[in-house]
Amino acid sequence: MSAPVGPTRLLDTTGGPDVVGLDAHLQRWGPLPSAGSKALLDAVGRSGLRGHGGAWFPVGTKWRAVAGSGRSRPVVVANGAEGEPASGKDRYLLHHSPHLVLDGATTAARAVGADHVVVHLTAEAAAGVRAALDERARRGIDGCSFEIVVAPDRFLAGQESAAVATVNGKSPGIPTFVGIRTVREHGVAGRPTLVQNVETLAHAALIARFGPDWFRSVGTAESPGTALLTVTGRWDAPRIVEVPLGTTLGQALGIDAGTARGIQGVLLGGYGGGWLPTATALAMPFAEETARAHGTSVGAGVVVLLPTGVCPLAEVARVVRYMEGEGAGQCGPCVNGLDVLATSLEHLAYRPRSLRGGVAALPTLCGLVEGRGACHHPDGVARFVRTAVDVFADHAGLHLSRGPCQTTRPFLAVPTTPVARAR
Amino acid sequence: MSRPRYKLVVDPIACDGAGVCAELLPEMISLDPWGFPIIHGAEVPPGLVDLARRATVSCPRLALTLVRIES
Repeated sequence: MSAPVGPTRLLDTTGGPDVVGLDAHLQRWGPLPSAGSKALLDAVGRSGLRGHGGAWFPVGTKWRAVAGSGRSRPVVVANGAEGEPASGKDRYLLHHSPHLVLDGATTAARAVGADHVVVHLTAEAAAGVRAALDERARRGIDGCSFEIVVAPDRFLAGQESAAVATVNGKSPGIPTFVGIRTVREHGVAGRPTLVQNVETLAHAALIARFGPDWFRSVGTAESPGTALLTVTGRWDAPRIVEVPLGTTLGQALGIDAGTARGIQGVLLGGYGGGWLPTATALAMPFAEETARAHGTSVGAGVVVLLPTGVCPLAEVARVVRYMEGEGAGQCGPCVNGLDVLATSLEHLAYRPRSLRGGVAALPTLCGLVEGRGACHHPDGVARFVRTAVDVFADHAGLHLSRGPCQTTRPFLAVPTTPVARAR
Repeated sequence: MSRPRYKLVVDPIACDGAGVCAELLPEMISLDPWGFPIIHGAEVPPGLVDLARRATVSCPRLALTLVRIES
């Protein structure tokens, strides 16, 4: 089987079937080569693959840590919980190419010495993955056992320690404190646990076949390969797009950065990511290192182009109130701080003159929640707010001088069903 | 063999904002507007290690831990 040459690796955009079954999968990619743990750890390490769940942590480093972490056999969690409302790439990938993800999961299991894989996913993805696992079981192609665990429908469900809590059957979707002992050392059933995003695993399945040099033939030195993006605001409905990392968003989406019209700002990385001015976002090489240099993150590949006619401050307030409600309700600074942040943003959006301390109060509030939760939920919200304050500074000035927008419409995806909270 | 180095770690889930730590170790711990501790400094100065240890055992929720920094 020869390695694909185009930028499209995970997605089949050649007009093939919507769901790639096992036969078509093996025809396109060939069987997984039977490499051992050492060779796989080496290949993934040298490939430079980073985690596509949002943290962009070097995958080789993580696999080595789990492989060498304990006396008991490790467990692999293939994480497709995708609680972020503006992201759809993981459930699409599980639907479209489940065998690539499952190949990646068995690759990870072999590399870290696990004999059990938990596929942790959304309710809607379960049936497709179940069918794919049945196909594989009939052929007997996997050397490990599989289990499907459906994640609760909440923002934090995919967070690493929350995923482990769900699999362990206690407080589903609620993060735990890992400041002393990480899930890599003590996770599912108390075993060393590798929690890896499903897209990351799909890339690993291709690295196992075609090697690190092939993997690095697209992308940047620090972020090699391609990435799946969920793009909102470019077309009538959100779309999943695969792009070589390092391509500009303008190129990837076919928008000229110099003449872009009708976009007020661009959100990268979702509701725990950050806003950029439109021209900056479109011209910037799309990769985590560049996003971080601009004060944001590409996160799990969420891209939202915010159109004109929508009040950005009303949208930011709505999202932060949602994020406040989606907190686990466990950590004092997050419980208190996100509520005050949401209230302050609601003032700025609808009653700007009653915002105590003015816009300058917002970054100060962000500083009070950053780094103070058991998970990074408050840190993400703080980044979302800080960057919004910068990018929409002129708009905030208009609210303060002339009053709030007279008309707006909801644009950003915010689930309206109230979610049961732990508190 | 050099002297062990320590940092203070709050388990924010266990912490309920009793504030005992800030009373016992004001050199390193202040309280936010809601009464939850803010740790200042990445490392406990050697002269404060005993006081820091006293603060950890005095926390009613045992939410404060003195963690040895691996060098």
